[in-house]
Amino acid sequence: METLVSILAAAVRSGTPILYATLGEILTEKCGVMNLGLEGIMLMGAFSGFFVSLSTGNPWLGLAAAFGVGMCLGLIHAFISVSLGGNQVVCGLAMTMFGGGASALMGRGCIGMTIRGIDGFSIPWFSELPLVGRVFFSQDVMVYASYALVVVLYCFFTATRPGMNLRAVGENPKAADAMGLPVARIRYLYTVLGAGLVALGGAYISVIYNRFWAESMTAGRGWIAVAMVIFAVWNPFQAALGAYLFGGVEAFQLRLQAAGTSVPTPLLMMLPYVMTILVLLFISIGKGRRVSLSAPAALGAPFHREERE
Amino acid sequence: MKLRAEKRIDSPAWMTVVVTLASVCLAFVAGGVFLYLQGVSPLTAYRMILRSAFGSVYDLSETAVRALPLATVSLAVMLCFTMLIWNIGAEGQAFIGALTAAAVVRYFPMEDRLAMLSLMALAAAVAGGFWAGVAGVLKAKWNVSEIISTLMLNYIAIRLLEHFVYGPWRDPSSLGFPMTRPFIPQARLPQLWGTRIHMGLYGLLILSAFMWLALKKTRWGYEIRIMGSNARAAHYAGMNYARSVVLVMFLSGAIAGIAGMCEVSGLQGRLQAGFSAQYGYTAIIVAWLSHLNPPLSLLVAFLIGALLVGGEALQIGMGLPLASVQILQGLILFFVLGGEFFYNYRVRLDFGRPGFGGER
Repeated sequence: METLVSILAAAVRSGTPILYATLGEILTEKCGVMNLGLEGIMLMGAFSGFFVSLSTGNPWLGLAAAFGVGMCLGLIHAFISVSLGGNQVVCGLAMTMFGGGASALMGRGCIGMTIRGIDGFSIPWFSELPLVGRVFFSQDVMVYASYALVVVLYCFFTATRPGMNLRAVGENPKAADAMGLPVARIRYLYTVLGAGLVALGGAYISVIYNRFWAESMTAGRGWIAVAMVIFAVWNPFQAALGAYLFGGVEAFQLRLQAAGTSVPTPLLMMLPYVMTILVLLFISIGKGRRVSLSAPAALGAPFHREERE
Repeated sequence: MKLRAEKRIDSPAWMTVVVTLASVCLAFVAGGVFLYLQGVSPLTAYRMILRSAFGSVYDLSETAVRALPLATVSLAVMLCFTMLIWNIGAEGQAFIGALTAAAVVRYFPMEDRLAMLSLMALAAAVAGGFWAGVAGVLKAKWNVSEIISTLMLNYIAIRLLEHFVYGPWRDPSSLGFPMTRPFIPQARLPQLWGTRIHMGLYGLLILSAFMWLALKKTRWGYEIRIMGSNARAAHYAGMNYARSVVLVMFLSGAIAGIAGMCEVSGLQGRLQAGFSAQYGYTAIIVAWLSHLNPPLSLLVAFLIGALLVGGEALQIGMGLPLASVQILQGLILFFVLGGEFFYNYRVRLDFGRPGFGGER
């Protein structure tokens, strides 16, 4: 029981960076822009978060800096994919390369340093609940903030005017334009905000989870988040489920490794990736129609006002 | 006064060249600014890249050694991109090709070099093709995003290879390094002209000519291009999309698999962890920069190969992380993507006078 609780708590913790990145990407994809550069943005977030925490001694400033850097990178993506109508898949790959290279170069002086980070605290009353309390309410601020973010995003998409405008732009930009919505401006806004959240996910790894910086320390989590968006069928609650599931596999595999099982480590490390494919496959088979219905219809398609199809 | 963009009816061919060159130059300028801000002299860095890649005959041959797998893999992804299938998994397909080739050497060693190499190439092609074909079937049958599936298959392939080189196939005399025993001489692709360039070069030249013919001059290539540019028209014309996806993915994976086999058989002579310097991803840049043109990709691969050699020189000479040149690769892609706007659109200043530039 004790082991189970600690594995589940670890699952939430290691799922949190993926959750932030997934939520950011959902926000971006809902408005019709596909940003595949999550890995690069997370790395830049992880680096800038760590660097600012280290140099100012204030981890909160680090998180804020990461958010800002993420927004700047989102601005680049928005400029190329919204204003210039460039290919979004290739732009995302470019972002991945740029972010990986730039964070490696800029972080070369930070290797081997550690920071104080942000400590966790238990939420009174909630943390005393059986099982749930230890798993969900004895974490750190960023984990609690991510719960709130899930709820806020869900309500935003389904129950607010700006949220519906955002979805209109992602589903049918032409109709949204005819309604008088500023399609380009809306796409810019949510691409930039989404990238900020993605970077925050990266910063969670370096500032709170590991408290050190290492080259390409996100280890493919950005790409996992891209897959999680589809797993979650663009629903924030399912994104949380997916992220914790993934975090659980990661935590479980670390335990197995520590316990010295006979299964070789590389094979264990394959698990999350195999799981991602299987989950995608089952979702596509089972809810094939639902996936295509939930995907923003204009995802990845540039919009130019003056052109007709 | 306002900037307006108008779609060009047709873009002159010289624009492609000029815009691409200008984009690459701008990328180097932007990269230089970035390096400068990081306290690295861009002139020293660029000079070091140029000298290490083109400085002598030996340097040129080393650049070609990097360009070989890049060009081969770029042909593989080009095939998919022509059909607008995003095969991001060439890296994993190359890993599987290399792994299978090594398995053949380990379990079916032969006396005859030609037979040995043929069997290795065949096995690598089938295995790589299968690895990509899985993603193709998932895409064709259940519409699973090939971007995600090929990417996840990359990580699986890398771990699979690590499992063997760290575990059952590890050379006991390798002092703990994750690598297999050296291959038998029959399993080595001959190297040419006393350099490390291997016989795969001939294969690459033939393949690129063949791909150019297949894509531009055959009915099959035409169908693939139509499916890439206008899926709806292709559907109405009765083209079988599902079958083509699987076939194109299989062929693409097969080429990538052979590239992986050539790398271990021609260059390294054994299977080791991390044998590919992320060629699978870099090849995507090559394919894109060469506008999906097979012969042109040879040239582009050579230039990007120079960047990779330069990255190693920066690591040794200036103590920068090997990943630093990825900044340049990313910037080049950014600027080329941005530049494409200028040959698709004409930018005009709109002075807001009636009847001038206000037409819809």
